[in-house]
Amino acid sequence: MSRYSIFTLVRNALSYHEGWERAWRSPQPKREYDVVIVGGGGHGLATAYYLAKEHGVRNVAVLEKGWLGGGNTARNTTIVRSNYLWDESARLYEKSLRLFETLSQELNYNVMFSQRGVMNLAHTLQEVRDTERRINANHLNGIDAELLTPEQVKEIVPIINLKSRYPVLGASFQRRGGVARHDAVAWGFARAADAYGVDIIQNCPVTGIRREGGAVSGVDTPKGYIKAKKVGVVAAGHSSVIASMAGIRLPLESRPLQALVSEPLKPVLNTVVMSNAVHAYISQADKGDLVIGAGTDQYNGYGQRGSFQVIEHALQAVVELFPVFSRVRMNRQWAGIVDIAPDACPIISRTHVRGLYFNCGWGTGGFKATPGSGWVFAHTLARDEPHALNAPFSLDRFCSGHLIDEHGAAGVAH
Amino acid sequence: MLLITCPWCGPRAESEFTCGGEADIARPLHPETLTDEAWGEYLFMRRNTRGLHREQWYHSFGCRRWFVVERDTVTYEVRAVDGPTPAAGSAR
Repeated sequence: MSRYSIFTLVRNALSYHEGWERAWRSPQPKREYDVVIVGGGGHGLATAYYLAKEHGVRNVAVLEKGWLGGGNTARNTTIVRSNYLWDESARLYEKSLRLFETLSQELNYNVMFSQRGVMNLAHTLQEVRDTERRINANHLNGIDAELLTPEQVKEIVPIINLKSRYPVLGASFQRRGGVARHDAVAWGFARAADAYGVDIIQNCPVTGIRREGGAVSGVDTPKGYIKAKKVGVVAAGHSSVIASMAGIRLPLESRPLQALVSEPLKPVLNTVVMSNAVHAYISQADKGDLVIGAGTDQYNGYGQRGSFQVIEHALQAVVELFPVFSRVRMNRQWAGIVDIAPDACPIISRTHVRGLYFNCGWGTGGFKATPGSGWVFAHTLARDEPHALNAPFSLDRFCSGHLIDEHGAAGVAH
Repeated sequence: MLLITCPWCGPRAESEFTCGGEADIARPLHPETLTDEAWGEYLFMRRNTRGLHREQWYHSFGCRRWFVVERDTVTYEVRAVDGPTPAAGSAR
């Protein structure tokens, strides 16, 4: 892999940019791997990268049923933050945020991480108190958070309508939060993992998981049977489908989560604004589009599209908060299939099948965790035991009852 | 938006309804005799079917009655609508 730098840019400019080498290979699968990762989204690719880099496990394949990062990695609203209420979540997401802060340098790939701040609005007195509590919890976990008065909100976001139907009474502000280019995160991890020798195999769905004597032995694919000592499943909305191939039930429900982008506008919003109460979240991409997140549909679905009233509801809230956007036209709208756990927290865990691991349940907020998720899952796969950061997120919490209830704190807006 | 035929009110828009999740999950009669695994299984584990899925719906802005819908979770086609099941009414 040749490093990207100003010099390679100049050199390639002289040859009309026709000499760039491919960012990663497209190999045929080998017969056997030490680790097979099912799912070539951001989390799966990050897992492969950290397996190779941190644990020296390089005989790894990433199997992707479609194209790289074409699922939820390309369908989220790109928000990165770590201001979670509970200690377990805060530590996990903060690990990820810290990895994001140096990710472009580490991967030698510009992931366009922009720490423009994330603002969570409070619209009722109770919500202000909850926000204060969350800010204090964040401080105890070493995470930056500020409480803003309505005047300070207006100073940062002059176009906001404070006296809306649900007036803005305050906000939390995490300045280190922001947005990143989601595709670039997947591509950067893919390129860096490939450089370590990881085989990335696209258009290769897993159709079966073979087991021998209670341990995983390999996976069936249209490209043939692939032997594997360990299999890590990072299949987001399709986790339950893969799990059923190995006779495992998961506490997940897969639902469409919708988002939409507008036509490009001149710079008008320089931070991320989120509101749980009226359920809207919005930011402006670097190329000018407003990126708006709507909610999940109320029913299970695998169709990558959702119901209209859900985006209508989100846009009503956006227009109420930002009347200036009332005549902005929307360009595109889509849904991703998100796997939601009962406590809205991820599952990063071993299973009762030896050598079979799951990293799923990221629900509506997985993008921000991409590097951290890969980092802890690589540790779990390599050592056959969870890292301290993901030990609380194992599957047995649905038996012990030790849920991490982020539903109230973060279950809606991500 | 889905078009759902309520067994009592006829075809209505999805926004009149509330989805109550997977159907046919009966609450165990004697929870105190269950193991933690079995109780967790009942509380949390779901089929999450890709394909035909039986689920409970509630006509919240209509007749306010529960019923079971068989729906394809890929095409979203509503295949069949049944009356209430024994488990209906206990959801949510």
